[in-house]
Amino acid sequence: MADAVFLALSVITIGSAIAALELRSLIYGSIALMGTLGGIAGFFLLLDSPFVAMFQLAVYVGSIAVLILFTVMLVKRELIFKKIEDKRRKFVGIALMLVFMVALGSVIMNSGIKTITTDEPAVDFRDIGADFLTYYWPALILMALILTGSVTGALILARREDVENEQRTD
Amino acid sequence: MSNELIDFVLVSVALLGIGIYGLSVKRNAIRMLFAVEIIINAANLNLVAFGRFLPHSGGQTLALFSIAIAAAEVAVGLSLIIVAYRMYQNIDVADFRSLKG
Repeated sequence: MADAVFLALSVITIGSAIAALELRSLIYGSIALMGTLGGIAGFFLLLDSPFVAMFQLAVYVGSIAVLILFTVMLVKRELIFKKIEDKRRKFVGIALMLVFMVALGSVIMNSGIKTITTDEPAVDFRDIGADFLTYYWPALILMALILTGSVTGALILARREDVENEQRTD
Repeated sequence: MSNELIDFVLVSVALLGIGIYGLSVKRNAIRMLFAVEIIINAANLNLVAFGRFLPHSGGQTLALFSIAIAAAEVAVGLSLIIVAYRMYQNIDVADFRSLKG
């Protein structure tokens, strides 16, 4: 059975995930998304994987959420506060979500993983570091190249070609 | 350890459902990116949870790779949104119609 910390974390995570999608202001929405990502980091701590939790905090809460926040600030103010959605599709979307949750949830509840518990000690993060540098080293180098390429590509995509000089004229 | 695997998997299913709702209902490009982030986090939670209960170090390793790739994906996605916003002066995906057949 789940303990109180788990229940509090799941309320925070799921509640702020709903708030991130439903709050009227995009700025508050991205702050609520930070709550979801931080709650997932808390789940990682509960699962005895502190290295992944710290990575999640550094990458998601530290950089991705701040990047989203800065992008939101670049958008016009009336677009930030306007909800863009169809009323008709909203009910269909809620029905789809409920059907999906009930179907997948009942499949999982009837499957064999309901009884899985473990008494074994958690994986030491030193083993993960050793794995990274021995078995997974080609994947690590490939990941570094992908990150470099994608960040460079993002910078090139977002570059303005219509600005001739540095000074603003207006 | 008092929490069982099924608890974490159910939270992950709930997050996946919320993400699917956001992707299907919202037309705001940034909110659709939020929904994608929520789905990716549900997948990472599943990876780490199964890796803890097996127990095997592969779950955490794959989750770390997944987080790094998600960071790259968000950078490219946000710059695409900025380019589209500059072209159309809007972030409604129904207005991005130059590729529409």
